[in-house]
Amino acid sequence: MIPFDFEYYKATSIPEAIYLFQNLFLQGRNPLYYGGGTEIITLARTNRIYTEAVIDIKGIPECNVFAHHDHKLLVGSAVTLTRVSEERLFPLLSRTCSEAADQTARNKITVGGNICGRIIFREAVLSFLLADSDILIAGPSGINKKPIHEIFKQRMRLQRGEFVVQVHTDTDYTKLPFIAVKKRRIGSVGYPVVTIAAMKKEQLVRVAFSGVCAFPFRSHQIETILNDRLTPLETRIERAVRHLPAPLLSNTDASAEYRAFVLKNTLLDVLTALEEV
Amino acid sequence: MTIPRIPKVSIDLLVNNEMRNVVVRPSDTLLRVLREVLGLTGAKPGCENGDCGSCTVLIDGWPMKSCIMLAVEAVNQQITTIEGLKDTPIQNAFLEQWAFQCGYCTPGFIMNCHALVNIHPDANDKVIQEWLESNICRCTGYEEIEAAVKSVLSKQRSDGRYSH
Repeated sequence: MIPFDFEYYKATSIPEAIYLFQNLFLQGRNPLYYGGGTEIITLARTNRIYTEAVIDIKGIPECNVFAHHDHKLLVGSAVTLTRVSEERLFPLLSRTCSEAADQTARNKITVGGNICGRIIFREAVLSFLLADSDILIAGPSGINKKPIHEIFKQRMRLQRGEFVVQVHTDTDYTKLPFIAVKKRRIGSVGYPVVTIAAMKKEQLVRVAFSGVCAFPFRSHQIETILNDRLTPLETRIERAVRHLPAPLLSNTDASAEYRAFVLKNTLLDVLTALEEV
Repeated sequence: MTIPRIPKVSIDLLVNNEMRNVVVRPSDTLLRVLREVLGLTGAKPGCENGDCGSCTVLIDGWPMKSCIMLAVEAVNQQITTIEGLKDTPIQNAFLEQWAFQCGYCTPGFIMNCHALVNIHPDANDKVIQEWLESNICRCTGYEEIEAAVKSVLSKQRSDGRYSH
């Protein structure tokens, strides 16, 4: 049971959602945009989040688009992970989304919720980082498109009142060779010890990580090291792991030392496979 | 313009093909409303965190964990609980295959498996495993549940029809 009350508004257009947010904010009701809502409900239940009003964006048509248009793949923020997994318009994204949570939960979790959430794994974002996607954001200042590398730094950097409408990806990226590997401590449901998503573009490998540090990331420095083919692969991997953007995560799933071990082995598998493509 | 505070709302929910009017807090989960307002106690509270699947119901035919869905979200959608299933192939298969033990997780499993055989009548082992992983049972070894699913799929294929 959620131990406090909040109001629920279902917006049917982008301007309506922004209007509601601004008014509710001015009234001190700490509004939150609501997509799949799974994280808001679970955090609210344990008093780790507080709001007096949620604004459901699932009724906004632009947030439900999932289609190719004008050489771009448009993924609405309210599209569920199940839909992304099953329709396979972007096979790498389908693969990473199909590994998040479990099948029933994916019927509720949305792409926008996954990439904007507090959860540290947020695996849907990996494909967009690799594909240099753009994020369409709506807010009090209007609708703006920003490169994901500008707006996603460890987490989505949205201004107050803003929400993600869509993610735009060049269609070419959706057809590139890729590999996605999720290593868990046990079983095939749950959080990762290491998740690596990689794609190959113009003979260069791009790699993004989740579960390794306390946030998902793609590092150009690590990619430069890994693509230096004059150096033996194992040496490249050793060097790359020394350039992680933050300390290795250490939790009940894996110690930092074990994570490093799994990370190196998984990188070896991924790079070996992609370099042969 | 000031938006008035609305502590409780009156909503219509279509539950098991019956329209029910309920007064709820917007922060009430669907699970809570089904059990405590409508008296439909088939959906079970387990983890209440979206992990165990014991509260699974169908929303427009798709399995959904009712503990991570607000009741107000279910307006204009078709809600099916275990009470809405009568003599379905998957219920009979659970009996025939002894696919339960203490029974607490069983309604959630049945709802999930009912959706599975309808949505994926051609489900292979991988798909079946993927779907069953959404629910947790700590009595059985899942094998009987998997056998129940496979028996329904097999019968559907041999009959050349699917149950909707």
